Amino acid sequence: MLPIDPEYIQQRIEQMKDQDLYIHLELTNGAYAAHNDASRHPAANFIKNAVIRYVHGGISGVGPYYRVGLKMEQGWIYSEGLTHYEETENDRLILAGHDKDGKLVVALQISPYPFE
Amino acid sequence: MITDMERFDNHRVLVVLPHPDDESFGVSGSLAKYVKNGSRVTYACLTLGQMARNMGSPLFANRITLPEIRKEELAQSCRAIGIQDLRMLGFHDKTIEFEERELLDGAISALIEELGPTVIYTFYPGYAVHPDHDATGAAVVRCVENLPAERRPVVRAMAFSRGCEDIIGPPDVRVDVKDFVKQKVASVQSHKSQFWVPELKKASQKELEDRFGTERFWTLKFD
Repeated sequence: MLPIDPEYIQQRIEQMKDQDLYIHLELTNGAYAAHNDASRHPAANFIKNAVIRYVHGGISGVGPYYRVGLKMEQGWIYSEGLTHYEETENDRLILAGHDKDGKLVVALQISPYPFE
Repeated sequence: MITDMERFDNHRVLVVLPHPDDESFGVSGSLAKYVKNGSRVTYACLTLGQMARNMGSPLFANRITLPEIRKEELAQSCRAIGIQDLRMLGFHDKTIEFEERELLDGAISALIEELGPTVIYTFYPGYAVHPDHDATGAAVVRCVENLPAERRPVVRAMAFSRGCEDIIGPPDVRVDVKDFVKQKVASVQSHKSQFWVPELKKASQKELEDRFGTERFWTLKFD
């Protein structure tokens, strides 16, 4: 994956609006968060292959952390802490935030076909 | 350095901030001062702060009930300050920077058109830490820039990002609000789901005046 290039990602977001898309949205601080450090709160969630359609969207922030907001007919999708994108993906948008050890913290993926 | 503002009477004040409670620490004393002196204050609160992480202590709110609770807290804070006109603009927390500009700027411009404010209070874009704060300030700046120079109200901004004074200089306005710390504390305490500051109950008038007795603003420049 490559560090996020916001102008390029903005373009991709524009290209994908107004169509049905599958989303994978995930936030986790790891299943061992509280095991390794009792002061940490173990929290994780994901939603996978829900179908969404946004009418307006953008990327914002100054590196390395970026935010994405997607406005739908009813409601919003929001993701913060994104650092990287997958440059080999042309039709899907694969964004992720990794911590200093390279571990995934947050993922936002949208695609015209379902995720495996 | 202005140590106090001009007279506080006969103003039409418009406050544009994104979250219920944004008014409390930074500007509630000045607003109470305006109201006391016969000015009219409209507070346009863009969102209901519905994505906040605080849920009261002890817990009394959840993701579902929070918007309605924060709406009530906001109304209570406005009553404590004496604000005569509260507008809830219905935007969603955390989305201001992503919102359609026509919609956002249109809502703020319509208020400016309707109210003809003499002064607007908002956040200093780029120096107000939360993306919603920065985006709200930026929207106000765009709306005011769009007005012919002779119709532009004064815009006063709050900034508090780390090291901001090294870049934008010191605030040019300091308002003595010692006589209004009661209203200010009541505004803070209205937001029960967000703040739990039991020490405020025990604090002496002197301690409250030292902590809350001055508010500071930067006057934004338009060419």
